[in-house]
Amino acid sequence: MNHADVDLSALPEIPVRDNSPIFREPWEARAFAMAVKLNEAGVFEWREWVESLGAEIRNAQAKGDPDLGQTYYLHWLAALERIVTEKRITATEGLLARKDAWDRAAKATPHGEPIELGRDGSPVAPA
Amino acid sequence: MSHSHDHAIGHNHETSELTDTELRVRALESILVEKGYVDPAALDELIETYETRVGPRNGAHVVAKAWSDEDFAEWLYRDATAAIQSLGYSGRQGEHMVALKNTAEKHNMVVCTLCSCYPWTVLGLPPVWYKSAPYRSKAVRDPRGVLDDFGVKLPDETEITVWDSTAEVRYLVIPRRPEGTDGWSEVELARLVTRDSMIGTGLALSPDELREAAE
Repeated sequence: MNHADVDLSALPEIPVRDNSPIFREPWEARAFAMAVKLNEAGVFEWREWVESLGAEIRNAQAKGDPDLGQTYYLHWLAALERIVTEKRITATEGLLARKDAWDRAAKATPHGEPIELGRDGSPVAPA
Repeated sequence: MSHSHDHAIGHNHETSELTDTELRVRALESILVEKGYVDPAALDELIETYETRVGPRNGAHVVAKAWSDEDFAEWLYRDATAAIQSLGYSGRQGEHMVALKNTAEKHNMVVCTLCSCYPWTVLGLPPVWYKSAPYRSKAVRDPRGVLDDFGVKLPDETEITVWDSTAEVRYLVIPRRPEGTDGWSEVELARLVTRDSMIGTGLALSPDELREAAE
């Protein structure tokens, strides 16, 4: 075998012993399920999804992510935001405004209570 | 997590704090729900399915059946999508399944170099290492080295073929049936079939290994 073109020893090790649960935090599961449901609803083809996810993985690697598998759902989420804006379901500004609305709501909610949009009293604009 | 800055803006009790990532996910979900693209209860149900009901046990059932039923095996290698569906496992993305038979002469290994395409219906969601860049790049360049990382040694004569998954085609490796399992039932055989043996980074357990694992 000829490996002259690649220095395999320079690659980080494969994390063979990492037996993390399939979703390590609840948000990973929400992001996963949203992509599957949008595909089922016909918003995008799975082939388009794979392209979007592959592009986000390459972006993250270019920015220095060692990409050892633990950041996978961050790439998934970035791909989801990219594809919903490409499909004009919402715009980046809409996502950012809604994110701020959730932040205000969280900060107005006593710890331990469910966080609901608008909890801080200011109106939530449709996105 | 610190809530101290919340006190500084005048609250007398602890308030909630969401991380930047959690805020992004909530923003997206609330917009998609408002616009009628997703239903929160359906998201819950899908998550529950993947956390509890879909996993490598499905694939082990397929493999054990292929080992013990020649007609099924023949069907599986000819039309894996239909054969697997006949056991009640069907794909969500309409992907085409291909079953790869491991033999003494040929060993198959599966990777997705682009992202992490994986046969969810038979294996559940992929493990961390499958999604990692080191596996995705090393599998195609040095499959024997990858097997070594997983503690698997194959004879030099065994040819290793690496299959790159795509959005349209997903592969299921059918490992070799271990020796000393004549007369075993499908249920017993399925216990020998590990997740990694169906990706090609492992082998099926021998009866001795199964006994050791149970102890």
